[in-house]
Amino acid sequence: MTQSILTICYLLASITFILGLKMLSNPLTARKGNMVAAVGMTVAILGTIFLYRDEETGNNLHNYGWIFSALIIGAIVGTLAAKKVKMTAMPEMVSLFNGMGGACAALISIVEFLHISHQIHNGADAAYITAIRPTVMIILTGLIIGAVSFAGSMVAWGKLNGKVKDLSFTGQNILNLLVLATTIGLAVWLVVHPEQSWMMVVILVLALCYGIFFVLPIGGADMPVVISLLNSFTGVAAACGGFLYDNKVMLTGGILVGAAGTLLTILMCKAMNRSLKNVLIGSFGVSAQTASGSTIQGHHKEISVADSAMLMAYANKVMIVPGYGLAVAQAQHICHELEELLSQKGVTVKYAIHPVAGRMPGHMNVLLAEADVDYELLLEMEDANDEFKTCDVVLILGANDVVNPAAKTDPASPIYGMPILDVELAKTIIINKRSMKPGYAGIENELFFKPKSSMLFGDAKKVLQDLAGEIKTL
Amino acid sequence: MENILTWISAHQQLLYIVILMIFVGIEVIGHVPSVLHTPLMSGANAIHGVVIIGAIIVMGKAETDNYLALILGFFAVLLGMLNVVGGFVVTDRMLEMFKKKK
Repeated sequence: MTQSILTICYLLASITFILGLKMLSNPLTARKGNMVAAVGMTVAILGTIFLYRDEETGNNLHNYGWIFSALIIGAIVGTLAAKKVKMTAMPEMVSLFNGMGGACAALISIVEFLHISHQIHNGADAAYITAIRPTVMIILTGLIIGAVSFAGSMVAWGKLNGKVKDLSFTGQNILNLLVLATTIGLAVWLVVHPEQSWMMVVILVLALCYGIFFVLPIGGADMPVVISLLNSFTGVAAACGGFLYDNKVMLTGGILVGAAGTLLTILMCKAMNRSLKNVLIGSFGVSAQTASGSTIQGHHKEISVADSAMLMAYANKVMIVPGYGLAVAQAQHICHELEELLSQKGVTVKYAIHPVAGRMPGHMNVLLAEADVDYELLLEMEDANDEFKTCDVVLILGANDVVNPAAKTDPASPIYGMPILDVELAKTIIINKRSMKPGYAGIENELFFKPKSSMLFGDAKKVLQDLAGEIKTL
Repeated sequence: MENILTWISAHQQLLYIVILMIFVGIEVIGHVPSVLHTPLMSGANAIHGVVIIGAIIVMGKAETDNYLALILGFFAVLLGMLNVVGGFVVTDRMLEMFKKKK
């Protein structure tokens, strides 16, 4: 009886995961979809705690004290961390939580492997060893993928908050492949000789190293793609647990995320007009060294807040290009206010959203939606590029790489091939930045030195407040 | 070799699930607009937190005097819970900003 109820719990949870993902891919139902999946997850967790029965021994689970204290601590810390984090730090947070999932999968594999090696060393016969091999294989798969996902996510997290720098050297790809091949080779050997349990530690260490080496050379701007990929890895690691415990909800959830995550990774690459291979082994870092040698010489001119306000207030059409600088300064609300002030003066104001502006695809949409900016005003890249030639003023707020013409003109540039916003088609370009420092990809931007361009230095929030103040007085 | 074949037939139900879920996963998010890439990734991130079920089983089966297993299991449950709760809450916070939109 209880087992049937547990089966139904798992079935319900699996359905909510599929429905949840489906709803998450539509703006109207996304939030509800997230809730649906969360409810399903709760049902599955509670069902497991109270109804699960070990098939071999027929015992219920015990150690409730340990389980509940871990659950409660995890829930409290998780909620606080997720609630407290600033909008700009969201991507890091996702990476961090993904790493936790990977570590969880790896830990499960370690405990299960210790259990098996305990059995073997307590004098199990040859038949047991033969029969256990497929299980060892699953355990090691979960261990390797979980460990790679954990280590990789931690590096990605460090890169996004600036603690870890890009590192690349010649032959790195070959070294990475060697580490991966050794890890897999040793794992196969351990499946054949499961009694040599010490090898598990070597495999674990190698897998962790591979996770680190795999992410280290990839440029910070490509982190969203990497996180999405690691996300699908963790899904597969979770699915390994499904095989281990013959547990269908783990399998459904894990594979679902594995497949959806892989597709999402590819979609993200497409949004940047690059292939996954190019992102992963194209090594942002290596070509950046050659490109940084050719610094652009020239003069940039500055523009005052009053002049900028004048230009915009008397324009017919103004296009705002938001970037990471806007997110850092938390200037989305004042940006919306400026847009409304200009609209009242009869100026058409629209936003040009580059798919990878900020630190994550859709980052700008989330940010502007927070400030109640009308959906209709947000133009996707292709539409925006059609409209730039009719714009009098383009106001760039803390965006850099997504408007860098080098992506079109300079094959040596690390961002060469990435589609950009063609802001140069507009009559005047006002660029708000904190300084002349290069953007996230670490490269100079010749746009700043064009005759059409003027720099408006300062923190985005402060500058926008001043601009709004000036426009009110006009 | 033989035990691999036995294993496959013993787990054929699960293998069917794997294959079907691959197609479902691809189909379900096939038409996602780029606006939702980040929330969707975050939501999927929370869903693979289902790995916590394995952690709970490990923890609940461990002998009460096997402290190594208990400690490792404790951390597994803790980290899994962080993944689940953090993942869903972060996703909800991102999506909260899409509300009241026509």
